[in-house]
Amino acid sequence: MNIQPTRIFPLGDSAITVEFGNELSIELNDASICLANYLSEHPFPGLIEAVPAMASVAVFYDQSTVGRTYPSYETTLSAVRDMVSNALLTAPVRHSESGRVVTIPARFSGDDAPDLGVVASFAGVSPDHVIEIFLSVEYRVFMLGFLPGFPYLGAVDERIAAPRRATARTSVPKGSIGIAGGQAGIYPSASPGGWQIIGRTEEELIDTSVEPPFIFSPGDRVHFVRD
Amino acid sequence: MSLLLKKEGIFTSLQDLGRFGRRRFGVPPGGAMDRAAARIANLLVGNDESDAVLELHYPGPEIVFEAECIFTLAGADFDGHIDGSPAVNWRTHIGRESSVLRFTQKHSGNRCYLAVRGGFPHRSDALSDRRTNRLPAGHRLPCLPVPLHAPPPAVGIVSNSILPAYSRFPTVRVVAGAEFSLLKEDNNALESAAFMLSRNSDRMGFRLEGPALRMAGNGEMISSPVDFGTIQLLPDGQLIALMADHQTTGGYPRLGHIIKADLPLAGQLGPGDGIGFKIVEIDEAERACAQMERDINWLKTGLRFAYSPTGSKQ
Repeated sequence: MNIQPTRIFPLGDSAITVEFGNELSIELNDASICLANYLSEHPFPGLIEAVPAMASVAVFYDQSTVGRTYPSYETTLSAVRDMVSNALLTAPVRHSESGRVVTIPARFSGDDAPDLGVVASFAGVSPDHVIEIFLSVEYRVFMLGFLPGFPYLGAVDERIAAPRRATARTSVPKGSIGIAGGQAGIYPSASPGGWQIIGRTEEELIDTSVEPPFIFSPGDRVHFVRD
Repeated sequence: MSLLLKKEGIFTSLQDLGRFGRRRFGVPPGGAMDRAAARIANLLVGNDESDAVLELHYPGPEIVFEAECIFTLAGADFDGHIDGSPAVNWRTHIGRESSVLRFTQKHSGNRCYLAVRGGFPHRSDALSDRRTNRLPAGHRLPCLPVPLHAPPPAVGIVSNSILPAYSRFPTVRVVAGAEFSLLKEDNNALESAAFMLSRNSDRMGFRLEGPALRMAGNGEMISSPVDFGTIQLLPDGQLIALMADHQTTGGYPRLGHIIKADLPLAGQLGPGDGIGFKIVEIDEAERACAQMERDINWLKTGLRFAYSPTGSKQ
């Protein structure tokens, strides 16, 4: 890979984190996804899973299997460090263009958009203009987290990048589309949440009849359209 | 063959050792809070250690056996009684048809594991909302049938030396996290204080109350993966220790990670209990984990013999 990690550190005694940086960047996110995919496709004995996030990858491993397979290392951590370093040398970097494009139809008014007024005040524009700005951007799935299948999308136009609500709602309806600063997200299921809700989709983000049962993967691109 | 939950109990759920491979989609592995107890319980009844077990909290459920089976209780001690006779933890017992298992008192710990010979069918849907994952009264839990040809082997007592050293105020070992060195002034603050579990402590995480810890800098990070046992520092200076149903990623500074071998001690704690931390190097953490695996393997080997046809004739 042509992007080198800023640091590699243990995440406890059975995982290691490869960190490429501490900022939201497509380049760093690409590097994270590519390293995680490479490790998943070329697993070392004892690898449990490689998990990409915004700009880092966590590599989870089984101590016993790694220890048995590489008895000459003083610690299993040092064996895994070597395996990850080798992967960094050989993993190709494919760019986000390989991510799929997913279109999400949604409604952006009334009960589906309880915080649209707040975001409009933040931006100093009309609610309609907020939605126009929101729809004009192609988003990237930087990672999934918070809830199973919840995509962290970026980047939201600065003009409408309103911060989180001061207090979280105890229940945000399934399908709600929220903004939290430069990030957007979609709630795959009802959940407590503090993001500014500006719309809602009927699309199911989880489909248990397919494997994997999630419509988004890290690196995908997302278009919102009016339903 | 099935078990009937006659009375619900609190947060009764089926758990195994976790479902891995979906953290990239935001799905935590979940699984038993006290993996050591779940594994040993399964081994004691002749199951695979990763079979599903019932995780019980106190007050526990009332359970009716609808056919004869071998069972064991492990982890927290809720003073289990089968038809009025004590069903001591870490031993095998026989439930007869229509026998009733009750829990009468909370002696120690917060999560008791019930394993039955043959095991429960695994949860089919690892995506189900874990907050509604609990089993209601009237629920019938099918068990995989294993005919009771003979009484269970005289397994005897599991040596204390292989059981976790449970306590209401354990000191657990942690390896330092990526942001540990940013702890302001006193790097020892994490080790020198005791922390109490607040009421907001559950299978997702323990909120810990103690002296406020401060960091140099604002500690702002973009979200990165976390794990069962990760100790995060919240903006108000308090700590949260992530448990089995934790979110897969987090953006708070990581002060440390409870080592694998000591996670069962944490997994047994509840609100009002306390926890202390001791920083260790990675090689000590790995030795402790290897020792735990050796102990469990030793038990596994012994029980495999006990449950083999030759062994059970003794």
